[in-house]
Amino acid sequence: MNLIKIRKFWYIFSLLIIIPGLISYFTRGLNYGIDFTGGSLVEVRFDHAVKVEDIRNLLNDLGLGRDNQIQTSADNTVLIRTRDLSQEENDKLLKGLSQRIGGMKLLRNEKVGPNIGKELRNKAILSVLIAFALMLVYIAIRFEFLQGVAAILALVHDILVTVGLVSIFQLEVDSAFIAAILTIVGYSIHDTIVIFDRIRENLRMRKKDQPLDELIHHSIMQTLTRSINTVLTVVFCLVALIIFGGVTIRPFMITLLIGVISGAYSSIFNASPLWYDFRRLKEASAH
Amino acid sequence: MVNRPENERIAAAPPQDGAKSSVKGQQPTGPVKEMKGPVNWLEAGKLFLLVVLIFAVAVFAAKPLEQQLQKRLGLDLKGGVHVVFEAVPTPGSPVTPDSITRLMGIFRNRIDALGVAEPIIQKEGTRRVVVELPGVKDPEEAVRILPRMAHLEFKTENGKTVLTGKYLQDARAQLNPNTNEPEVTLKFNKEGARIFGQVTTANVNKRIAIYLDNKILTNPVVQEPITTGDAVIHGGYKTLEEAQHDAVLLRSGALPVKVKLLEKRSVGPLLGKDSLDRSVRAGIIGLALVFLFMIVYYRVPGIVADLSLIVYTIIVTGIFILIKATLTLPGIAGFILSIGMAVDSNILIYERLKEELRAGKTLRSAFDAGFRHAIRTILDCNANTLIGAAVLYYFGTGPIRGFAVTLAIGVLTSLFTAVTFTRFVLHLLARSRLVLNPKAYGV
Repeated sequence: MNLIKIRKFWYIFSLLIIIPGLISYFTRGLNYGIDFTGGSLVEVRFDHAVKVEDIRNLLNDLGLGRDNQIQTSADNTVLIRTRDLSQEENDKLLKGLSQRIGGMKLLRNEKVGPNIGKELRNKAILSVLIAFALMLVYIAIRFEFLQGVAAILALVHDILVTVGLVSIFQLEVDSAFIAAILTIVGYSIHDTIVIFDRIRENLRMRKKDQPLDELIHHSIMQTLTRSINTVLTVVFCLVALIIFGGVTIRPFMITLLIGVISGAYSSIFNASPLWYDFRRLKEASAH
Repeated sequence: MVNRPENERIAAAPPQDGAKSSVKGQQPTGPVKEMKGPVNWLEAGKLFLLVVLIFAVAVFAAKPLEQQLQKRLGLDLKGGVHVVFEAVPTPGSPVTPDSITRLMGIFRNRIDALGVAEPIIQKEGTRRVVVELPGVKDPEEAVRILPRMAHLEFKTENGKTVLTGKYLQDARAQLNPNTNEPEVTLKFNKEGARIFGQVTTANVNKRIAIYLDNKILTNPVVQEPITTGDAVIHGGYKTLEEAQHDAVLLRSGALPVKVKLLEKRSVGPLLGKDSLDRSVRAGIIGLALVFLFMIVYYRVPGIVADLSLIVYTIIVTGIFILIKATLTLPGIAGFILSIGMAVDSNILIYERLKEELRAGKTLRSAFDAGFRHAIRTILDCNANTLIGAAVLYYFGTGPIRGFAVTLAIGVLTSLFTAVTFTRFVLHLLARSRLVLNPKAYGV
């Protein structure tokens, strides 16, 4: 078997994940947290069970609107998301909760103005683009320009996979999501470079009659154990954090898990095959 | 070039059973000779000492390091409030660098008056001020007080402003000794006392109203001229606390510009402790799994990897404390990710090591060649991660910056431990000839 010869399958497999994700992204969108939409958030823990209905009624009575998101979890923790409340409205809500329902401890109270989200998103996109450009330059200098392009495409793959799955599972997207995406980018490029590095080394010792696809296949196989073991150790840490870590960091960690696995996949099955295709195209156009 | 002698060696030693047979002592020729031989007890002793030393440092340093880290917890871990205010220009009070500086000074006065320890007040961009108050009991109190203009005015019956808070020297809250009602006593400076004297003289038997932020506080009738510069607000305060808030506002002075609350994040101490405990426990479980995996898969080098991870963790924690980094949840995530990359450095070295051993090299030359090859890869990878971290730091704010800093420190430290510690221990291990069976290296 030659991994490069059957590269169509790897591309198809990637598309099978990316396309449903994109459909979900364009139809349902992302579950943006208040970091992006603007709004207020109150998280409280009661010493007794509470009904969502009671809280909804309270919000209604206080004139804080109907379409609020109220989430309850096992340990009597209630998460209330509302529109951007003024400090007076916020105080009214807290007072109402402790008076009407009682036995309450305030865990978290957040307010984000409506413009902050847009700024955050623009900054994030800008920083990803700048990081891409710098990485492309680095790879072009240390390796080869076309390898840089292939590596960046693999990164785009990882971002698409992650954003798509986050949309399918409707994971909450807050400012930590940006950190997650950037971490994934960092991890994936790391993985890709290990393989490119091996290809570079093998190219130096290449025998005249050795076809490029065989050389790439050989390089991938040589680094395969390392690729799998490294992603495994990261997955161990992430799974431990998802299962045993706090609820607040869970969406962040799940996002990282998706991206890290995608990054390992794209480094092995997308980056080098793409580079091979680019090389062939270049040679074909040169003739 | 390096390639030629290597190829010769590969040719010299039978690739598969060469290593095996050398252990049995039947391969007397060439470089494989080193694979057997007596244990070098001097080197073995050094190795043993080093291991003991690491464990001793780890055990003794764990407690003080942890205590130091506890002091450096961010708002999300120990509770507190993070607010962002934006100055809004109004006619007559534009937003200038000077007004932002004065705004921050007044914020500081108000926070000090509330008795919050170690507040952080920072300018962000040209018109924003970030305020972080760690560990406050009532985070909402600060959020209520900070954006108040605290514009004090004295107005006559015909609505003319005769005196403002500009001339105020002091404002204190107290319980009225006679009525036991909360009130705020004002003390004007010399100039203020002179104006107040003139105004009260001119308005005997008339009312002078005191306004705070256009809200009337009290509207008493002037009985007689007051020339001492003292005034009292009995503004119908329900509690002494309310009176104290106004006193704080008046003492700290009026804001030079109008401000708007842009963002607020307050975390109660309960949630902070909860997430910290859970994340730390989860981190320990994750690390234990990694340690176990490394030993099971890589055997002896796996133990070296675990030792270098311990050294790595001690160094990184030390640096966090030295640079007074604040430990936030994203920061911890960055740290865990950097552990993954530190493990990767080890894996890269050992996979190379295995390849070289399989090619029939001696332990020592396999260590050398494996390390030399792996370190180049590691450098290229880490350089790229550092590029990412730098971009994150440059464009990110708050928590994302924390993430970038811990990631960068982690990557640099892992590079350092790989080049110095891991390499040193591997050499020592090879020289000591303690473990010669390639199986112990996972081959």
